[in-house]
Amino acid sequence: MIEAELSRSVARWCPGATGVAGAAKLSGGASQETWRFDIVHPDGLIGAILRRSPKGYGAAPTRAAGLAAEAQLMQLAYEAGVPSPRVMHVLTPEDDLGTGFIMQRIEGETIARKILRDEEFAAARPLLARQIGDVLAGLHKLPLHKLPELRRMTAAKEVDEFERDYRSLNWPKPVFELALRWLRDHDPGPSAEETLVHGDFRNGNLIIGADGIRAVLDWELAHLGDPMEDLGWVCVNSWRFGEIDKPVGGFGSREELFAGYEAAGRKVDPPRVKFWEVMGTLRWGIMCGGMMQRFREGPDHSMERAMIGRRASETEIDLLRLLAPRGS
Amino acid sequence: MQDEPTPIELTKSVADFLRNEITPLISGHQAFKLRVAINILDLVTRQLTREEGSDAAEVERLRALLGMDGSLIELNRTLAMRIAKGEIDLATPGLAEHLWQTTMDKLAVDQPNYASYKRELSRGG
Repeated sequence: MIEAELSRSVARWCPGATGVAGAAKLSGGASQETWRFDIVHPDGLIGAILRRSPKGYGAAPTRAAGLAAEAQLMQLAYEAGVPSPRVMHVLTPEDDLGTGFIMQRIEGETIARKILRDEEFAAARPLLARQIGDVLAGLHKLPLHKLPELRRMTAAKEVDEFERDYRSLNWPKPVFELALRWLRDHDPGPSAEETLVHGDFRNGNLIIGADGIRAVLDWELAHLGDPMEDLGWVCVNSWRFGEIDKPVGGFGSREELFAGYEAAGRKVDPPRVKFWEVMGTLRWGIMCGGMMQRFREGPDHSMERAMIGRRASETEIDLLRLLAPRGS
Repeated sequence: MQDEPTPIELTKSVADFLRNEITPLISGHQAFKLRVAINILDLVTRQLTREEGSDAAEVERLRALLGMDGSLIELNRTLAMRIAKGEIDLATPGLAEHLWQTTMDKLAVDQPNYASYKRELSRGG
């Protein structure tokens, strides 16, 4: 039982802790193992989350920043006032829990469809597009010299990687070819400014409460690169969950996103954002193809994974809407 | 020639059984998995219903576009290669229409409730 290891671990670094309770593996967050549990303490229960290495199973293992870097980034964000959980402990070998970290549990909702439909979030929804701009600006302002070692990415390198991933699927997709070609022809070149890029900032990776954004999660794809990448990714249609006329996560307009970003003292480059939106749409499509491959070759032979493979066509229609729109 | 009922009718009968008689009995994660299973059977039913017609039309369009003959997969590989090389692009007559029609036919099977698809369908296919 994981509770035995967790109890021994918390006793070492949480003064007064007498054990843990209610450990449960969380669904969602498909690429890392995440557990919730409570630290039992004389002052009351302390809500906590364990993130640990998935053991041969991840969305993009070669691209992951690593859990140690993830912990460091979340802590930096927390200290800079970007909504983020406080990191309580980085796992060590004597914890016998694998590699990873334990962080404060923040209550709220991450399921995008609930955030977009439930009454509880009705007051927060109209504010979120602008708030996302503000949070992204804060994240892009984190001082480079404090960041852990991270991959350095450019648009050209990402296109190369996607092309390699796509070709490895060995299944011709003319719409993906068109998108790859468009990306090569419209590459804006290296960004004048290099910042931290979250890499997976979208509806679904944010903890939302009635008051708005409470935390940014899933830092595993963080890297250095063009800050406009995050603004483009958050606009990818797949993260609008049906609210297709509200590009920013189904919450609001690009104008609101940009206004929030610029009010926080940073500049937006709209053509670059559009470029990254196309890139992001293709990226999710290729990831769907990867899910198909992993379903077929194991280790995860689940129906859910099989069905994600059949969602690549969603990104094809979205790419056509971006690159070859039909008259309205 | 195989006997009846057809695969479409058989698959649909299983999906309907799971949907109408098993769903009310199950909760939690198993209910989620059951919904996924029913979605898969519905997808298979849609594909069995539509694939023959949409594949035949796709082959016809590809022959005209590429000026050659071949199987559906061969023709798609050729189209993919020519787009990659820049020999065919959106300025090529018929390409955009072909990609749109092919993609709409895929969505009709994969995700007919996808909002972008429904929007494009309301434009008239």
